[in-house]
Amino acid sequence: SGQVRNMATLKDITIRLKSIKNIQKITKSMKMVAAAKYARAERQLKPARVYGNGAVALYEKAEIKAPEGVANKHLLIGVSSDRGLCGAVHSNVAKAIKAKIATLTGEGKEVMVVNVGDKLRNILQRTHSNYLLLSCKEVGRKPPTFTDASIVATELLNMGYEFDQGAVIYNRFRSVISYKTDEKPIFSIDTVANSENMGIYDDIDADVLRNYQEFALVNIIYFGLKESTTSEQSARMTAMDSASKNASEMIDKLTLTFNRTRQAVITKELIEIISGAAAL
Amino acid sequence: MMAARFLRCSLPVLRQARCYADAPSGSAQMSFTFASPTQVYFKEASVKQVDVPTLTGAFGILPAHVPTLQVLRPGVVTVFNDDGSAAKFFVSSGSITVNADSSVQLLAEEAFPLDQLDVAVSTQHPLIDLFIISMATGGQLLSCRPQGG
Repeated sequence: SGQVRNMATLKDITIRLKSIKNIQKITKSMKMVAAAKYARAERQLKPARVYGNGAVALYEKAEIKAPEGVANKHLLIGVSSDRGLCGAVHSNVAKAIKAKIATLTGEGKEVMVVNVGDKLRNILQRTHSNYLLLSCKEVGRKPPTFTDASIVATELLNMGYEFDQGAVIYNRFRSVISYKTDEKPIFSIDTVANSENMGIYDDIDADVLRNYQEFALVNIIYFGLKESTTSEQSARMTAMDSASKNASEMIDKLTLTFNRTRQAVITKELIEIISGAAAL
Repeated sequence: MMAARFLRCSLPVLRQARCYADAPSGSAQMSFTFASPTQVYFKEASVKQVDVPTLTGAFGILPAHVPTLQVLRPGVVTVFNDDGSAAKFFVSSGSITVNADSSVQLLAEEAFPLDQLDVAVSTQHPLIDLFIISMATGGQLLSCRPQGG
């Protein structure tokens, strides 16, 4: 029975070794695909950053903010994607959203969430499903375009939720190995119009302001999408890289175990033959 | 003129205290950023003047222009560099922000330098056809016939 056990173990090890080698091939190729997508995303991020920073320049320079102490309605737009195997990308955004919801509901303010990306919806639906206003999927397969951002903005505005202020929560890309969850502010037309410093802006028609604000909303969502996708691809690259490394470590260990087991089986057989006990 | 401005707005308008214009406090240099979602043409550059087509008319923006927000309509943006040369771009739509510190952000949904557009060629691109039509009706620079689909 000892002999049978060893043979089975050898077979088990062989099967395991083969499956881990296959997995390593897959993670290696996923890493290469992610590297190619990351290179393209980073290239497209450069102009998108200038564009996005230009879009929020008004809010920063005019120091737009909603009136304090009023029961404001908040809107959070979480930007993520549909696909996994990219590290902590989705959970970081979800964590930030949950923390903000807790703070705002603690202050008695109303808040709703728009999520761009199925993974985010899965995480939020478990505990915060009554805050979800709108869900967007089919995100992450192809690089995001301005059209995608405008579709999100249009659907969001069509929902009719009259928010006063809010934020787009996304992962800001810092480098190949690091990204940080960040947010950019969004405001309603009335909040901007009634903000203190807006008086210095000359001759603003209400229609012009509405068009301007809708365009700014699309721009900020676009900016979030571009940053988010770059962070996601770099995170996936890192994750697949470490998965491949782990797999090759396991392969090395298993190969050693396999060789030891094989030698043990051979030695055992030899001993049995030499001592004449095999007949039994 | 003032009455017409008030009549135009039916929705609540920004509260403005009209008084004598303050002396321009902005810097003498304009920090001009002109970008589309996919391309940056000017980034915090110093230029002499920018002409933009907006929904309320064509503007010429110089350093220390009064702060304003405007929405673009399809047309040609002309940028006059410090060295006197002019660069023309076709924009489809977008927004322009002039801040108090003389920084200008021109964000266009689609923007192309004019020399990249070959107006003699009939294109399926709706934007190019729109450009051709706006040229024909605006009568700005070129004379060309709208191309049939």
